[in-house]
Amino acid sequence: MKIVVCVKQVPDSAAKVVVENGKVTWGDAPLVINPWDEYAVEAALQQKEAHGGTVTAITMGGESAKDALKHALAMGADDAILISDPALSNLDTQATAQVLSAAIQKIGGVELAFFGRQAIDGDAGLVPAQTARLLDWPALTLASTIKVEGDSVRVERAIEEGRQVVTAKLPAVFSLVKDFGEPRYPSFMGIRKASRAVIPAWSLAELSISAPAAVIAWTEITNPPSREVKCDIVTGGSPEEIAEALADKILAEKVL
Amino acid sequence: MNTFVYIDHFKGNALPASWEALGVAKTLGTVAAVIFGSGMEALAKTAFEYGADEVLLADDVSLADYRAEAFASTLSAAAASRTPDLLLFPTTTRGRELAAMAAIDLKTGVMVDVIALEAKDGKITVTRPIYAGKLLTKETCSSKPQIITLRGRAFPKPAQQAGKSGTLTKVAAVTGDFPTKVEGYAESGGGVSLTDASVIVSGGRGVSNNPALTPPGGLDEKQAEIWKAQQGFALVKDLASALNAAVGASRAAVDAGYVPYTHQVGQTGKVVSPDLYIACGISGAIQHLAGMRTSKLIVAINKDAEAPIFKLARYGVVGDMFQVVPALTAAFKKRLGK
Repeated sequence: MKIVVCVKQVPDSAAKVVVENGKVTWGDAPLVINPWDEYAVEAALQQKEAHGGTVTAITMGGESAKDALKHALAMGADDAILISDPALSNLDTQATAQVLSAAIQKIGGVELAFFGRQAIDGDAGLVPAQTARLLDWPALTLASTIKVEGDSVRVERAIEEGRQVVTAKLPAVFSLVKDFGEPRYPSFMGIRKASRAVIPAWSLAELSISAPAAVIAWTEITNPPSREVKCDIVTGGSPEEIAEALADKILAEKVL
Repeated sequence: MNTFVYIDHFKGNALPASWEALGVAKTLGTVAAVIFGSGMEALAKTAFEYGADEVLLADDVSLADYRAEAFASTLSAAAASRTPDLLLFPTTTRGRELAAMAAIDLKTGVMVDVIALEAKDGKITVTRPIYAGKLLTKETCSSKPQIITLRGRAFPKPAQQAGKSGTLTKVAAVTGDFPTKVEGYAESGGGVSLTDASVIVSGGRGVSNNPALTPPGGLDEKQAEIWKAQQGFALVKDLASALNAAVGASRAAVDAGYVPYTHQVGQTGKVVSPDLYIACGISGAIQHLAGMRTSKLIVAINKDAEAPIFKLARYGVVGDMFQVVPALTAAFKKRLGK
């Protein structure tokens, strides 16, 4: 079974991300694989373990984005592909989905394509469904369990009301939620293998597509208005006294 | 401006953010509410009462369960024939997914999880949080139709006017050989949903630190910690139930196994914006603050006076949450007549 997992490199979730002189910076916080994508890698590896096959990790970006691929390799992916082209900057989600769907088609014979639910930088959560739509494959997004049998699959999807149980024919696109289960840590052997891996770079010419045009523009990025409020520390002679005073203050704010 | 508003519902019960989107659309021009499902007459009536000028109704047994492919194809076909200037969705699971797919079908883009917008000469500039709200971005879309999903609780819900009606237009469900089949549903844990909640009470790592508790014998260290955390979370849940609030948790509490992930507030959990957020035993890691910083009123109870959560809190108690939280529950019960 041919399995693809799409990953992205992002600033660590603990990073203090700010805008300075119109540019987004995150100090000396590391760039890491998008935390949601680790669940996607885990899901891909579990399917390989259950059904055999290969797991190929792909990402879009510059040379440094290879680190996200190396993380997937260290977790156990078999190979990785970097999609890199000067034309691939400031893409929006539909343009990203065009590139990823072209790459999945070029790999050929892919039956399962995994994504994290969203990237923690852009927070859009659109690319998995858009890639599925372009491929004309079922979009099984926000999956918490996945069971493949033959050419069909049964998933439980997280929805506001609980879970929706869906069956579909392969090939299919999946995105994963955290309920799927903790992703594994890279093994020592995996890290060694990843450090030696030669990762091919594909340009748009190799995907036989022209540069997709972004239609969404970010016209301005700002720091959110400061929320440093003066904290009124409520004190009293006993927990009961404090609680009574605090309850009165909260009720006076008319938020209940 | 002509706007389609997708009314997201589960078995005919609309998610509240759908009506908020309808209210926004009304401020921009004429509004067609888009309703897909089976047996949707009552929901169509409600859409008129919330201000829809027209309801585009695809009422068909094939649409009884939400399936992304069938719903997206029906929606895109309606949009292609009616050419609205704008498609609005609530940022719900289904709304986000349909917006994503419709954008591919209609060769346009999506501005997602928007918290503010302004229209000028038919072109909309939106504001939306990125990096879980650590930054804000303004966005525009250069193609038509513009597609926007609106964050729940970011816009006011319009008043419902009983008896108001409008034009009901039937649209055909796109049927075809769609590759998915809905087998059924499983319940979630119940309780108030975090993203819809107007009040949230959250617990953090601190819930397991009650020195007054002695765990039952025979538990190893981790089991004893979980046992203590469960006693601590019971206090958080009691306060939540007195306030009819949802229960939240920090990532530290979820990762430690104290509560299921569905409760997690923060950058890798849910981003929430309630009227009142009460943080119990939460120190305020940056990724947690990112997920709740836009709450209207923040109250923090923590034993560490230096905890970062106090920088966002309007009211704070530096003290033992195991004493203060139950006392606060009692104080609210008395005042709210429970």
